[in-house]
Amino acid sequence: MISAKKFLLALLLAPLAAMAAVGDVRLDRAPVNDRDLVSLQRGAQVFVNYCLNCHSANYMRYNRLQDLGLNEQQIRDNLIFSSAKVGDLMKIAMDPQDSKEWFGTPPPDLTVIARSRSSHLGPGSDWLYTYLRGFYRDASRPSGWNNTVYPNVGMPHVLWELQGEQVLKETKVQAGGYMKTEMKLALDKAGKMAPPEYDRMVADLVNYMDYMAEPARHSRTTIGIYALLFLGLMFILAYMLKKEFWKDVH
Amino acid sequence: MAATQKQPVTGAGPFNGVLTWVDQRFPLISLWKDHLSEYYAPKNFNFWYYFGSLAMLVLVIQIATGIFLTMHYKPDAASAFASVEYIMRDVPGGWFIRYMHSTGASAFFIVVYLHMFRGLMYGSYRQPRELIWIFGMLIYLCLMAEAFFGYLLPWGQMSYWGAQVIVNLFNALPIIGPDLSLWIRGDYVVSDATLNRFFAFHVIAIPLALLGLVAAHIMALHEVGSGNPDGVEIKKHRDPKTGHPLDGIPFHPYYTVKDTLGVVVFLIVFAAIMFFMPEFGGYFLEYNNFIPADPLKTPSHIAPVWYFTPYYSILRAVTEDFMWFLGAGVVAYAVLIVMTARDARVRMLAAAGGAIAIAAFMFIEPKVWGVVLMGAATLVFFLLPWIDRSPVKSIRYKGPMFRSALAIFVVVFLVLGYYGTQPVTAAGTFISQVCTLMYFAFFMLMPWYSAMDKTRPEPDRVTGGGAH
Repeated sequence: MISAKKFLLALLLAPLAAMAAVGDVRLDRAPVNDRDLVSLQRGAQVFVNYCLNCHSANYMRYNRLQDLGLNEQQIRDNLIFSSAKVGDLMKIAMDPQDSKEWFGTPPPDLTVIARSRSSHLGPGSDWLYTYLRGFYRDASRPSGWNNTVYPNVGMPHVLWELQGEQVLKETKVQAGGYMKTEMKLALDKAGKMAPPEYDRMVADLVNYMDYMAEPARHSRTTIGIYALLFLGLMFILAYMLKKEFWKDVH
Repeated sequence: MAATQKQPVTGAGPFNGVLTWVDQRFPLISLWKDHLSEYYAPKNFNFWYYFGSLAMLVLVIQIATGIFLTMHYKPDAASAFASVEYIMRDVPGGWFIRYMHSTGASAFFIVVYLHMFRGLMYGSYRQPRELIWIFGMLIYLCLMAEAFFGYLLPWGQMSYWGAQVIVNLFNALPIIGPDLSLWIRGDYVVSDATLNRFFAFHVIAIPLALLGLVAAHIMALHEVGSGNPDGVEIKKHRDPKTGHPLDGIPFHPYYTVKDTLGVVVFLIVFAAIMFFMPEFGGYFLEYNNFIPADPLKTPSHIAPVWYFTPYYSILRAVTEDFMWFLGAGVVAYAVLIVMTARDARVRMLAAAGGAIAIAAFMFIEPKVWGVVLMGAATLVFFLLPWIDRSPVKSIRYKGPMFRSALAIFVVVFLVLGYYGTQPVTAAGTFISQVCTLMYFAFFMLMPWYSAMDKTRPEPDRVTGGGAH
C-alpha cells in the first residue's frame, strides 16, 4: 500500500518536476498602482503622445478617461490631437496596409494588450514594463533596434530620445562560487532622461495601459467586497435556518 | 382526474382560492408533492450530494446571463471581438454579466466533474439508476458541445485556433473526414459562417437539448429515488403506517434549506473568483484570447480550456510509437477475456474483435486512433452501470482494489488535464501515454477487479445523517 501511495504521489508531482526543468525569462516587476490617478493621467499623456500614432486603442473611448479624474474639457484640450469627438473610440488614421509594408506587420491594437501579454511569468504589466525598457541597438535589424523580451521585434525604439541608446554587453558575474557570462543591457548614449526618470515614465505608461485593458477592474474589486460581505451575512442566515430545520432529523 | 374530484387547496391563507383554481386545471399540488414536499430523500446525504443542485443553479446562471449577453453581442467575424470589449466597457454592468458567464462556464464543469465523481464513489449509476446515469452522461456531452461552441464566440486567437483544431479532428476520419469538417465549418477555414452557426448552436439548439435532458435526468431520479453514501435502498424499510421510507426525509423543507446553504457557500467561492480573479491565472479566460482572431497567425501553443485538457492529452498521446503499446494492450485484453469468459460466444467475439482491431491499427494511421481514443474516453463512462460487478454500490463497503483504482483514476485524470494545458515535450508525452493506458484500464478491467475485490457487507439501514 505504501508503494502504491508513493507511486500516486510521484505521478501527481511529475508535472512539477517537468515545470522546473524549463528555463524562463525573468521579467521586472512593474511598479503599477491602479489607484494612483496622477500616475494614470501622466501615463495617458505618454500614451496619446507616443503610442497612439501607429497603435490604435479601438475599444477605448476618450471620455472613459473621466475615470482618471479628468473632465471632458480637459480630455479634449490635453489628450485629443485629432478631429475625434470626446465620445469617440481611440482610432488612428494609419492604414494597416501601409504599416504592414513599413514594419513587416501592422502594429497591434493596444486596448487589451496588457491582458494578452499576461503569462505564467507574471502579469502583462510586467511584460510591458520590461519590454519598453529592453530595447538595444542591433545593426542586423532593419529598424536598427532589437529587444530582450521580444527578440527581433518589428517595432523600432520609439522612446529612444528619452531613454538614450542601450547595447547588449557580455558581462562577467559572480554566481555562487564561479564566474559566468551573462548578456546585460548597458546605456551607451544617454538620452534626455536619467534612467530612474525614464523608468518612472514607463511605469506611468504601463499603469495606464493596465487600466485601459480593464477599466472595470476598480469597480469590480469594490463591488466584490460588498458582494462577499452580503454573502457572508446570507451564510449565517442559511446556516441557522438549516440547523433549525434539521433539529428534528435523527 | 376530473377537476371536481380534487380537494380544495388549504394552508395557503389568502392564496387558497387562486391555488385551488389553478390546481383544478393543472397538476400543481401533485407536482409539488411528488417532487418536493413528499419526495423522500435519504437523510444521510454528505458533502458530495450538493453538486446536483449546484449544477442546476449554474445552468440557470448561464441562461440568465446568456440572455443579456445576446442583447449586446454580435455574431459577426468583423465585430465579434469588439462587441465583447463593448460589453466589458460601454454596456452598464456588462463586465459583471460577462464575467459571471465566463466564470460560470468553468464553474459548470467543476460542479459537474464533482457530481460525476460522487457517482463513481457511491455507485450512483448502479441498478436501478442506469438511465439516470445515461441521461447524465448525455447532459455532460451536451455541456461539452455547448462549451465548445460558446468558446468560439469571443473570436480571440484561442477561440479561433481551438475551433480550428477541434473541427480538423473530423478531417482525420477516413473517407468522409474532409467533407464532414467542411460541412461543420461551412467554409474551408473557420470563418464568419462558422461563427454564425456556432452562435445558433450555443444560444438555442444545445440549450434546448440540455433543458430536456435535465428534466429527464430528474424525472428518472424521482421515479427510482435518490441513492446515498451507503449505497443501500431506503425504500426497503418503510413506515408501516405512512408507507414513507424510514430513512427518508421530505426533500422540502429539509433538503431545500440544506441546498440553500450549499448555494450560499458556492456563491461565496464563485464571487471571490468572479470579482477578484476572473481570469483565474489564465485558466478561465486564456490570455491569448485577448488577441483578436487572426487566420494568418497560428499561435505557437494552442491549448483548449482546462475542462477539455484531459481528453486533449489523450489525443496527443497517440503517436506512431504508442500504437505498439496500444496493440499490445488490445491483445492482452483479448487474451484476458478469452481466458476468463465462460460463454464461448464471448470468447470468440473477443478473439475476433482483437484481431480486427490489430488489423485496423496497421492500416489506419495513428492520428485517426487519437481521435477515436479521445471520443472513447468520454463515451466509456456510459458503460459503468454494466462493468461494475461489485456486490456493493458504495466505496464505503468496496475493497482496496476498487478504492485504489478510483484513486489512480482521479490522479490520472488530473495529470492528463495538466499536460493538456502544456506545450508538447518528450517527458510530457510519455507521462500522458502511461496515463492514457491507465485511464482506459480503470474502465476496461473493472469487470474483473470489481468482482474479485474483498468487499464488506452493506448495512441494512443507512448510517449517520440527521443532526449531530
